[in-house]
Amino acid sequence: MKALPLALASLLALAGAARADAADPGAPLPPKAETWSFEGPFGTFDRAALQRGFQVYKEVCSACHSLNRIAFHTLADDGGPGFSVAQAKAIAAAYKIPADPNDKGETVDSSGERLTRPGIPADHFPPPFANEEAARASNGGALPPDLSIIVKAREGGPRYVYSILTGFGQKPPAGFKVLANKYYNPYFAGRNISMPPPLTEGTVTFSDGTTASVDQEAHDVVTFLTWAAEPKLEERKRLGFGVMIFMLVLSGLLFLSYRRVWKDAH
Amino acid sequence: MSGPSTYVPKSGFARWFDSRLPLMRMAHDTMLSFPTPRNLNFWYAFGAILTFMLGVQILTGIVLAMHYVANADLAFDSVENIMRDINYGWLIRYMHANGASFFFIAVYIHMFRGLYYGSYKAPREILWILGVILYLLMVATAFFGYVLPWGQMSFWGATVITNFFSALDQIVPHMGSAIATWLWGGFAVGDATLNRFFSLHYLLPFVIVGVVGLHVWALHVPGNNNPLGIDVKGPQDTLPFHPYYTVKDAFYVAIFALIYLGFVFYAPDFFGNPDNYTPANPIVTPPDIVPEWYLLPFYAMLRSVPQKLLGVLVMAGSLLTLAFIPWLDTSKVRSTRFRPMMKQFFWLFALDCLVLGYCGSQGADAMLFSTSIPLVWIARIATLYYFGFFWVIMPLLGLIETPRPLPASIAQPVLGPAE
Repeated sequence: MKALPLALASLLALAGAARADAADPGAPLPPKAETWSFEGPFGTFDRAALQRGFQVYKEVCSACHSLNRIAFHTLADDGGPGFSVAQAKAIAAAYKIPADPNDKGETVDSSGERLTRPGIPADHFPPPFANEEAARASNGGALPPDLSIIVKAREGGPRYVYSILTGFGQKPPAGFKVLANKYYNPYFAGRNISMPPPLTEGTVTFSDGTTASVDQEAHDVVTFLTWAAEPKLEERKRLGFGVMIFMLVLSGLLFLSYRRVWKDAH
Repeated sequence: MSGPSTYVPKSGFARWFDSRLPLMRMAHDTMLSFPTPRNLNFWYAFGAILTFMLGVQILTGIVLAMHYVANADLAFDSVENIMRDINYGWLIRYMHANGASFFFIAVYIHMFRGLYYGSYKAPREILWILGVILYLLMVATAFFGYVLPWGQMSFWGATVITNFFSALDQIVPHMGSAIATWLWGGFAVGDATLNRFFSLHYLLPFVIVGVVGLHVWALHVPGNNNPLGIDVKGPQDTLPFHPYYTVKDAFYVAIFALIYLGFVFYAPDFFGNPDNYTPANPIVTPPDIVPEWYLLPFYAMLRSVPQKLLGVLVMAGSLLTLAFIPWLDTSKVRSTRFRPMMKQFFWLFALDCLVLGYCGSQGADAMLFSTSIPLVWIARIATLYYFGFFWVIMPLLGLIETPRPLPASIAQPVLGPAE
């Protein structure tokens, strides 16, 4: 019995000496340790960051990335970006949604263009491309993923998405080959990413006067996308707090009952 | 269910009903007056915890099924619809998804408790085997359930697992592939597969309920084992199940639920794989296809064998082995508490399962931490120990080990005469 741990330990020591140093040059860096207002058991979304992030999505990301699962009316929901119902309605109305067939059964006008109507709160964000083929054709063969649940669909969540957005412009290590039509991003698996650097300083102009640095834009849009992926985050934590208190009290009462019932049994 | 009934009907109606259908008598004898060893510890609460989790899973599952759509084009969207638009849908789904993980945490503790205290030994062999059947039903149900959200890991997990059957091609050409095709209802995992998995995912929990009934019945014939592993000698060794164990179990269920709900509300995706938030795509294979955590030890054993058929057989064998434990253990003493050698091998076995789990969670060609030892070799050693523990150590140990002296009775656990 004593010999086994010893044998294991010596095996480990042996292997430690033969440490492999040939690291994969395409292996991604761990995401940056950005901190967020929505972390922790009492974390909530920063409303101003959500609204700025929505602006970044609308003015930058939405050129290529869809947000298919998000309905306009949710922009006015509790725990969301905090737009008023009227504002959500106005945001929806600014989008053109493919219209239902008109009285003559037409879906295109005389020049072959798709008939559209203004969006209503029940509509979802319309995608930038009609289909996957069109999206790939416009992006050098790459498919910009839908962003509705991107934060939950990536290991590392918000930190990962933030790191990708702010990870451009670094010098690749000597000998690393950046492929044609790709960009070097050390946080991306393989480090060759098809997405061009989406954010630059001043890409958007924030109406609240916040300086639009790349870090700020990335932080805000990731906050917005985290809300998009988990719109019930605040409700979940709020309800969870009540449930935890209830369960603690219940456990305490049950413990006292247990002690009392068992008092005469020992 | 065993022994004379102590039920006394309290009213005329109760007497009338009892002489026609002794339902209240059964409930009274099994859940109220049932004589239970007085020394059951915390680890014996997991039966009640498992019953609680089974109830949670069935209730949340029934509600989810009201909103879920078993269709390859709609399944993923319907789950997102539950998360976003259904009132408290996010809560129900997070409870169900995390409930599966906590169900398995509870069942593994329950199994290791049975293993430690020798609860599989005579006269409880049938009880143990029913438990093994319940565990296998749980694995099947969890696997079917994991496919339903139709994310990338759902789809590719289903593809990998069902492809195990094609290993049978190496015995009879085309037989395995034919079985796989039959299971899929097509030539790949697709809409037909999703539909039948949903049907089975809804059916099996009720089969589990039935087998739980048998499990509890088989428990009530010999009665509970206990941490000392010695038989109940008389009424001084037992307490009525109610209120002593109802209140004790209720307390531990509440503590367990507190931790479980902590994950539901504060880390709902802790046990999940991010890839399953990407809709299933038959053309794109994820870099690493990993099963849910509770299957990782078996996955590691499968991958530790370089030959497909043998790997599948090893994995199946690792599960089937559990059913033979009552006859592999040759010791006359039940509880590991009195078995100094078994105690060490037992904890080494528990560690072995964790090592296997770790190996299963890493990539196929991963190294041990930052060394150059291929992890697959660690998994091979761990697999050998897994089988060696049951098939070599258990039978031998009973013959060569000198157990410590057993106490005279449960009521008087200290050796020697009473004060």
